Amino acid sequence: MLSYALLVHAAPYSTQGALSALRFAEAAIARGHRVETVFFYHDGVHNASTLMAPPQDEVHLGERWKRLGETAQTALLVCVAAGLRRGIVDGTEATRHDLAQYSVEPPFELTGIGQLVDAVLTHDRLITFPP
Amino acid sequence: MTDTTQSASSSEALLIVLRHPPHGSSWLREGIDVALVAAAFGREVELLFQGDGVFALLEGQAAGALDQKGTHPQLKMLEMYDIERLWVSQRDLDRRGLTVDDLMLPVTTLDPDGVAALHAARPLSLIF
Repeated sequence: MLSYALLVHAAPYSTQGALSALRFAEAAIARGHRVETVFFYHDGVHNASTLMAPPQDEVHLGERWKRLGETAQTALLVCVAAGLRRGIVDGTEATRHDLAQYSVEPPFELTGIGQLVDAVLTHDRLITFPP
Repeated sequence: MTDTTQSASSSEALLIVLRHPPHGSSWLREGIDVALVAAAFGREVELLFQGDGVFALLEGQAAGALDQKGTHPQLKMLEMYDIERLWVSQRDLDRRGLTVDDLMLPVTTLDPDGVAALHAARPLSLIF
């Protein structure tokens, strides 16, 4: 049994990378591995948007990530610097930057790049999902 | 030239691979950001410039074009963060008509076997 961290650079729906990351996480957990951390960086931060509303006959990536966070206790970490540039902010950051709305809710969590470095060091494997 | 990649002391170094040019996307900036943060956290960090990533090191870059800050000011901070091992793919320099004299920082060039050896010697790596 291995502990995995995933690094997701891919935006939801634009390319296959985000869905591949999610499917990998679900498959690994189904086989008894642990996926303890998913770090969203680059355009991958858009996976954390609570405002996504895909057509009902398509996979809802946001909901599937959320379920992963809730059922497998996977930490869903979003780079705050990459997120702020792209309009991916939680309530605290929205207040700090005087924004009228926010787009990130738990179990997604805004965090720093230091957490990515930690993830590299503390898991058996880190797998990157590019666009 | 490949023996320098084998030193045991660096097997725990974090290798950041940069494959994108300075302008046109945020890949290079966001890759360098990870390198700087890791170094600030006390990790030994090395950079490998591959493909169009070799353009990142080109001397004489200007800021302001395309309303972007550019990435060369970040690269000039590497020394301050003790990031001193900069590897560059010689083949990718050649293919773009560049030599190490065109670059703004001192680098070590690697042939394709050297690049492969470096990857093999650095289990911890992130690719941008």
